[in-house]
Amino acid sequence: MSDFQITSEPIDLQAFRQRLLDKSCGAYVQFDGWVRDHNEGQAVLRLEYEVYEPLAIKAGRRIIEEAREKFGVENALAVHRSGLMELSEAAVVVGVSSPHRGEAFDACRYIIDQAKVRLPIWKKEHYTSGKSEWVNCQRCAEHGH
Amino acid sequence: MRLTVKYFAAFREATGTASESMETTAATPAALFSECRERHAGLEEYSASLVAINDEMADWEAPLSDGDEVLFFPPVAGG
Repeated sequence: MSDFQITSEPIDLQAFRQRLLDKSCGAYVQFDGWVRDHNEGQAVLRLEYEVYEPLAIKAGRRIIEEAREKFGVENALAVHRSGLMELSEAAVVVGVSSPHRGEAFDACRYIIDQAKVRLPIWKKEHYTSGKSEWVNCQRCAEHGH
Repeated sequence: MRLTVKYFAAFREATGTASESMETTAATPAALFSECRERHAGLEEYSASLVAINDEMADWEAPLSDGDEVLFFPPVAGG
């Protein structure tokens, strides 16, 4: 299975964790990004992710590879959802296991931070008001040039 | 030269199309995007937009060649 995956199905957290179990590791760090019920003053009903898979998978694998090299961790994985999602579902999960906790925390942080700015993934928020908006585009348009 | 242009997310909604074939003299993705904005009034310019050529992330000033597939990505928001 690939180290970076896109799925339209709910992420199986038990199975995800299982893939990172390693007897040589004393630390496991997992980050889950959940669907939140509000953003910038608006009540969010659900989210929709559009993913350009060919490039998202390529870029995602590169980020994981960079984290391995930078922090010396062997086991790192990430899964990102596509399509419609309800509140409190995990939109993204990152997991790192390593002999000690320091590099596991650092690598996990690196992967999620890079994923947010480098993957061709777009988030559309559907609000309780019935409106919807692409995240980052509204703000950019206001401050735009 | 003839190119294929693909629009994603907010760009697709603004242009009303996911893909179009264009005859152009634009030398770079930046110049091509300006042409696209002339065709599609709703297409916004964002500083955080990204571009890819033939499924590789590219620079806005990279050279374009006949037959290229140019992908315009509005600001990303994963996670």
